[in-house]
Amino acid sequence: MEVEVAREGTVLTITLNRPDKLNAFDDAMHAGFRDALRAARDRDVRAVVLTGAGRGFCVGQDLASFADGRDVGSLLRDTYHPNIRALVALEKPVIAAVNGAAAGAGLSLAMACDVRIAADSASFVPAFVNVGLVPDSGGSHFLARILGPARAAEWMLSGRRLAADEALAWGLVSEVVPAADLPARAAEQAATLAAMATGAIAMHKRLFDVAARTTLDEQLELEAQMQSAAARSGDFAEGVAAFREKRPPRFGG
Amino acid sequence: MGNNHLVLVERDAPVAVVRLNRPDARNALSDALMDELVAALTDLDGDGDIRCIVLAGDERAFAAGADIAELAAATAVELYQAPRVARWDAIRKLSTPLVAAVSGWCLGGGCELAMTCDLIVASDTARFGQPETGLGIIPGAGGTQRLARAVGKALAMDMVLTGRILTAHEALAAGLVARVVAREAWLEEARRAAGEIAARAPVAQRLAREAVDRAFETGLDSGLDFERKALYLAFASDDAREGLSAFVEKRRPEWKSK
Repeated sequence: MEVEVAREGTVLTITLNRPDKLNAFDDAMHAGFRDALRAARDRDVRAVVLTGAGRGFCVGQDLASFADGRDVGSLLRDTYHPNIRALVALEKPVIAAVNGAAAGAGLSLAMACDVRIAADSASFVPAFVNVGLVPDSGGSHFLARILGPARAAEWMLSGRRLAADEALAWGLVSEVVPAADLPARAAEQAATLAAMATGAIAMHKRLFDVAARTTLDEQLELEAQMQSAAARSGDFAEGVAAFREKRPPRFGG
Repeated sequence: MGNNHLVLVERDAPVAVVRLNRPDARNALSDALMDELVAALTDLDGDGDIRCIVLAGDERAFAAGADIAELAAATAVELYQAPRVARWDAIRKLSTPLVAAVSGWCLGGGCELAMTCDLIVASDTARFGQPETGLGIIPGAGGTQRLARAVGKALAMDMVLTGRILTAHEALAAGLVARVVAREAWLEEARRAAGEIAARAPVAQRLAREAVDRAFETGLDSGLDFERKALYLAFASDDAREGLSAFVEKRRPEWKSK
């Protein structure tokens, strides 16, 4: 299978699995990823880990598939776009465990996740400009937000490979661990997030997603709407009860 | 809750919530559902305690369109003779303000039904479209007329001719919806908007609503003329005396609907 899906408790791990191609996307991998994201929507899944098999995380589109003369705009609209949208729309935290090279659309994919942990062997490559292309799959959107527009543009048009420690210094990833420790560290982080109030996390995601384009007034109003929904939830009642009883909360999500 | 199973009615005067209830069919607007809907709305319209009605679907769909199976089985003359048009006219003629609460799919007849309401409050999950030409038919309950008035010709053509579906925020920017709200709060926010409408002077609300609707029916001169006369009529109401006095006396007005 080009995309492996493994469920452990409330955590779903999606592994891009074309290791001999550094997990470059071909049609079967797009389809497999779409199915994996569908599985991730299950209400009982409360955190998702996205990682790659072998040496790479994902190096974007398999260049072999450009040879068939297909219009690249259509390819993007039919394959990457629905999957990127589905990934961003997940109402639960998504952790990218970047095990190796994240290049081109693979870089965009890592940036579309909520949290990024990298192996010390990982690298981040804005491969587009080097072959005369532009960022796609949301790369320019996500990177402008994560790095700020100036640094994002400068880096993307330099085409320069960024090592894991540099990515950490830039805030591109939140943590770097020895490669051998990455799966365990990602699983640990996922389990922690999965035990939290998932509904509130989903609302956090949307609040921060829109914050870049709303006014303070709009954001205040949205916070009030979400807060009143959150305050009606069972998780809030549990959170308050746990606080009073001085015990850890048991959120149902 | 009412007893009609295709439409659920919750009364909490001065607001009532009417919910389409065919979740398995994404609230497709069958003849039977439209009958129940019109009956429920007409009933509430005659209730003096109800000052605003929220018309809602469920989280997944306001209404995904007409009942296609039903439509496919009908002949043109049957459609022409059926009480369909009378049902839509009955909704249009209600004198109680209607707020459409839209979450999820709002397509075809569903979009037309939402546009028949006075204003639309949309969840951020709402999606609006008129996909009829993909089925070889065209919108038949205002989907070309109200849509063009709401969003303008260019976008209406895009939606009707290409089947383009608008997101909630696109619909807000285009003027199709009045408010976009968090998905967790879509129905509460529609209720809140209805509560705001219901709290204001009923006679004035009715006249103001007629005057705004008139803007889409007539030229500017006669529209302004209508507006001015509606103001005089509002001014003659007890509610106007009460509202103006309460403002001067810095107290809350108490409306008598007279």
